[in-house]
Amino acid sequence: MATLKELSKQNELLTGGHRLCSGCGIPPIVRLVLRAAGGPVVATTATGCLEVGTTIYPYTAWRIPWIHSAFENAAATISGIETAYRALKKKGKLPGGDRDIKFIAFGGDGGTYDIGLQALSGALERGHNFLYLCYDNGAYMNTGIQRSSATPFFSNTTTSPAGEVIPGKQEWRKDLTRIVAAHNIPYAAQASPHNWADLSRKAEKALRIQGPTFMNVMSPCPLGWYTKPEDSIKWAKLSVDTCYWPLYEIEDGILKITYKPKEKKPLEEWLKPQGRFKHLLKPENRNLLDKFQARVDLEWQRLLDLDGKRI
Amino acid sequence: MADRKKKFLQGNEACVEGALYAGCMFFAGYPITPSTEVAEGLSVRLPKIGGKFIQMEDEIAGIAAALGGSLAGLKSMTATSGPGFSLKQECLGYACLAEIPLVIVNVMRGGPSTGYPTGPSQSDIMQAKWGTHGDHPAISVTPSYVQEILSETVRAFNLAERFRTPVVVLYDEILGHMREPITIPAPGDLEVIDRMRPECKSEDYLPYDEKYEVAPLAPFGAGYRFHVTGLNHKQDGFPTNDSKQIGANNLRIMSKIENHKEEIWKNDELLLDDAEVAVFTIGSTARSARFAVLEARKAGIKAGLLRPLTIWPFPEKAVRELAKRVKAIIVPELNLGQMILEVERVSGAACEVVGINRVDGEPITPMQILDVIKKYK
Repeated sequence: MATLKELSKQNELLTGGHRLCSGCGIPPIVRLVLRAAGGPVVATTATGCLEVGTTIYPYTAWRIPWIHSAFENAAATISGIETAYRALKKKGKLPGGDRDIKFIAFGGDGGTYDIGLQALSGALERGHNFLYLCYDNGAYMNTGIQRSSATPFFSNTTTSPAGEVIPGKQEWRKDLTRIVAAHNIPYAAQASPHNWADLSRKAEKALRIQGPTFMNVMSPCPLGWYTKPEDSIKWAKLSVDTCYWPLYEIEDGILKITYKPKEKKPLEEWLKPQGRFKHLLKPENRNLLDKFQARVDLEWQRLLDLDGKRI
Repeated sequence: MADRKKKFLQGNEACVEGALYAGCMFFAGYPITPSTEVAEGLSVRLPKIGGKFIQMEDEIAGIAAALGGSLAGLKSMTATSGPGFSLKQECLGYACLAEIPLVIVNVMRGGPSTGYPTGPSQSDIMQAKWGTHGDHPAISVTPSYVQEILSETVRAFNLAERFRTPVVVLYDEILGHMREPITIPAPGDLEVIDRMRPECKSEDYLPYDEKYEVAPLAPFGAGYRFHVTGLNHKQDGFPTNDSKQIGANNLRIMSKIENHKEEIWKNDELLLDDAEVAVFTIGSTARSARFAVLEARKAGIKAGLLRPLTIWPFPEKAVRELAKRVKAIIVPELNLGQMILEVERVSGAACEVVGINRVDGEPITPMQILDVIKKYK
């Protein structure tokens, strides 16, 4: 794997000057992943923050071939591109000969967990050679913070408003990484931008492996989380240290936790700074907080039970 | 005195008020600019009155769940914009054939495709009529003011319930996001219609009983067991390959609307009595047109405005009569000429028909319309 020094010398493939919010988790994730490609790369993006924030002229930020089609079909679009590449290569019609081109589809949680899941599932099943990267900020942030199936338990969003009777979102988040892994693809992983080395290593691996690969990356969102932009990386780290967002990978069916916190922090520490969980910290909602913690504990234990095993 | 609250609302919020006034108890939808405030508003309001809000995983699921809500007996709604409206089209046709009352709000944005999500457009007028495949009935209402978004949403529910059919509330992004002071009507101020429910015994119930133009609809779970399908069906709802029954049913779902056009049409007229030149338009464009007509009158030009609040079925009678007595009908619209095709069809060669079109995400200005009116001085 490239060292930080080496990485810093590489060209930025997603430049500055785009319109993503300060403190947004998406740019560092995308930049690290594009660096990990280490060669020519083609990307597509589902409708969402990344698409809108990096492509409206003159704020276009991509230095690679890039395409947006619609909200629900990033995985289908990359399937078409990758298939064309293989066909052209086979016929010897590819400009530049036999170049090994990497294909990446980026989508937010709305465009991946919800409306884009069908296209993603199809692409995984067909076995295209591509990486699908989901930046999971836990809601439809681009349209104004509506809940998604990735939104954390009890989170206050504009369509799961926390009131006196209903304390925010009532459903546990969809476990997309495991759903994707159930397609028996060669590689699926969870990562977080605070741990750049882990994220880079996973991206390099995902792009090196032949066949469909998947990464689900925690992406802090100051706007939707109601947090300070300068603290984003801190809260990304805490999502991992509280085991809300475990870092692990599933390679050829074997699950491996890639980071185990020395001291598992109480979930409350992660929730506290985030406005979307403000209601949970009221004394009368202690039971909700306990319920949330118990579920995090359960999910973490499940993962620990599977660590190192074939799933 | 009845309680009539004054509020300063944006169009999408007025739509929420209208839906609640009409008795909407079920909303299923998906976030999409510029309609999301409708979903957001109902996510707060519906649970408080025992209603149900569900955010679905995509636009198709949004309309499908709303159809389920309606079949269970609740007045149901979904809201969207261009790309989402496209995704909903198959279920819209299903609602036409299965005769399920439903209100679909389409806050029009620039297209095609993702287009211009935050810019206004009126380019889904034809999609509201022809977006789904097969011959089918269509009703669309077209408010121009925030107050009217409330009242037309109520009317959309009434029409949906009365005719057992989907009704599209069509307004543009400008109206969805503009704020105006409005009065929330007191109960009884506006008519509220509920669907007819069967009174017969369960075993005698036919969900598509030919005895009626619009048969009573039993709520699922109330003891009436019946079949619902998107296949052509018999009176009992079960699919059929019998050409006689297929033809009769297809004609009935058209005629139940066609025979009641007078009841569905609603037009607002401004200074048309002595008009020599008329403007025909809807939505926010009608606001520009109103200003242009009043300015033209000041300049001594006999101009008038015909503003349909029902665009589908197309207001043929009003346009036909108007065409006979004016030199020209000007049709400004935020698209490249959709309503004008209908105006031309209906007016024949009786008068000149002139379009004013704009698809750059900006509204048609009063001066743009006035400049054209002036040509008919």
